[in-house]
Amino acid sequence: MDMLYGLFIAPFADFAFMQRALIGSLMLSLGACPVGVFLMLRRMSLSGDAMAHAILPGAAAGFLLYGLEILPMTIGGLIAGIIVALGAGAVSRFTIQREDASMAAFYLISLAIGVLMVSIRGSSVDLMHVLFGTVLALNNEALALIGGIVAVTLVSLAIFWRALVAECLDPLFLRSVSRLGSPVHFIFLGLVVLNLVGGFQALGTLLSVGLMMLPAAAARFWTARVEPMCVLAVVIGFASCIAGLLLSYHASLPSGPAIILSAGVVYFASILFGTRGILRARIIHHRHRTA
Amino acid sequence: MINACLTFRDLTLGYNSHPAIHHLDGTIRKGSLTAVVGANGSGKSTLMKGIVGVLKPMAGAVIRAPGVRAAYLPQQSELDRSFPARVVDLVSLGLWPRRGLLGRYTKEDRDSVSQALMAVGLGGFEKRPIDTLSGGQLQRTLFARVLLQDADLILLDEPFNAVDSKTVGDLIALIKRWHGEERTVMVVVHDLDLVRQNFPETLLLARQPIAWGETRETLKPENLLRARRFHEAWEENAPWCEPDSHDHDHPHAHDHDHHHGAGPRAA
Repeated sequence: MDMLYGLFIAPFADFAFMQRALIGSLMLSLGACPVGVFLMLRRMSLSGDAMAHAILPGAAAGFLLYGLEILPMTIGGLIAGIIVALGAGAVSRFTIQREDASMAAFYLISLAIGVLMVSIRGSSVDLMHVLFGTVLALNNEALALIGGIVAVTLVSLAIFWRALVAECLDPLFLRSVSRLGSPVHFIFLGLVVLNLVGGFQALGTLLSVGLMMLPAAAARFWTARVEPMCVLAVVIGFASCIAGLLLSYHASLPSGPAIILSAGVVYFASILFGTRGILRARIIHHRHRTA
Repeated sequence: MINACLTFRDLTLGYNSHPAIHHLDGTIRKGSLTAVVGANGSGKSTLMKGIVGVLKPMAGAVIRAPGVRAAYLPQQSELDRSFPARVVDLVSLGLWPRRGLLGRYTKEDRDSVSQALMAVGLGGFEKRPIDTLSGGQLQRTLFARVLLQDADLILLDEPFNAVDSKTVGDLIALIKRWHGEERTVMVVVHDLDLVRQNFPETLLLARQPIAWGETRETLKPENLLRARRFHEAWEENAPWCEPDSHDHDHPHAHDHDHHHGAGPRAA
């Protein structure tokens, strides 16, 4: 019993920084995982990755002006992300170019600007910090920010749920009954940016998209409905955060990659054992019913 | 004229400055049942898109009578069949005009979804994931959604594609029910026998209307022959259509031989 306590509870009970890390990452999962489910269902899984890169110049601008402070870097990232999301979204909505191409163009330009700005001042250590974050150094300011982002995300999802589902399932139908199609698309892109920026301090630009996409991708193997898929993605996100933090504590590993790799393990397990995974499809479904 | 559900006023619809519907004038009466026929590329689907408002007119206008709500079943749906949804989720989208973004679905709503599915012969399919439906079943599901939309103006673009003959009969019965309920219905159809048997009015299109009116009159052999001679391809260097060159006294069936060779001489 003591051993179990030592393994699972003590790290969080004894250290304030672990508690903060836990609270921060759990809140992050609550908002980012459902957003990830919709990103995946809209076949925009890689757009999340692109957006994460696009945030860089804004964060770098904040870093150049104010040093390693969370608020300026976050606001900078938010602005850069929104410019790229709106730009890429607008190009794909109003021209013949599809979203994947316009997103790629915008994020590459943005990333180049970001790397350039970081290299003007600062060493590669700073760049590493911007790219990979530190979940173990979350301060109250950062936690409040993440909390706000999660609240905005959940409220927006609740309000626009029906339109978002309709826009994914049958966009032409939504256009024929309502004018909400385009606004909902942009609101959704806004939520993606918001959650990436929220995860930015904790996990860094590159890994925050992992907490968004991996639980969603894993949840896809277990259910054929959106609502349970979102809930399951959040649960997987929670489990990955707890497992990742414990792993990083006991094995002295960097926390961000530990969390993402935990989610990766769940993903591979889901591919194999999920109700819609490989083993079910290959082995059990050799039997069939009469009708 | 007073009872017009739709009025087309010098309507030109198209893509990249090439017209697919050219200077269409006329009205669709309230409560009428009209078949829209014509060769491939004659502008049938384009007209439907223009009426719904998905495609903005290049010139002229479609005027909907005030308060008229449209339901639209497109030929090429942008439906994502891999999306994790059940039949009931897809059909429930048809509740949008009634419940909008935030309205709760009541028990009556759920009952009406079941009834709509029953009406298209898919009773008991509520829980089926949409990716397990056959093409014809999906088409009937979409019909159920149109049914649920409870619209005054119903636009169906080739609804009988990939549907077996028994189901075509069921769907025709549904369309006649709508007609009986004084709803305005426009259907793009290819099967002329079906049109002759079931549709009182027909619009024969070949970029511009070849004939429009009572079905037997419209589908006379000479009209069909003229429609068949319609020249499908765009001409890149077709001259610009000047507003002044139109003779507005003859809104229906005016020839544009000099523009794109639709018309007897082009064959």
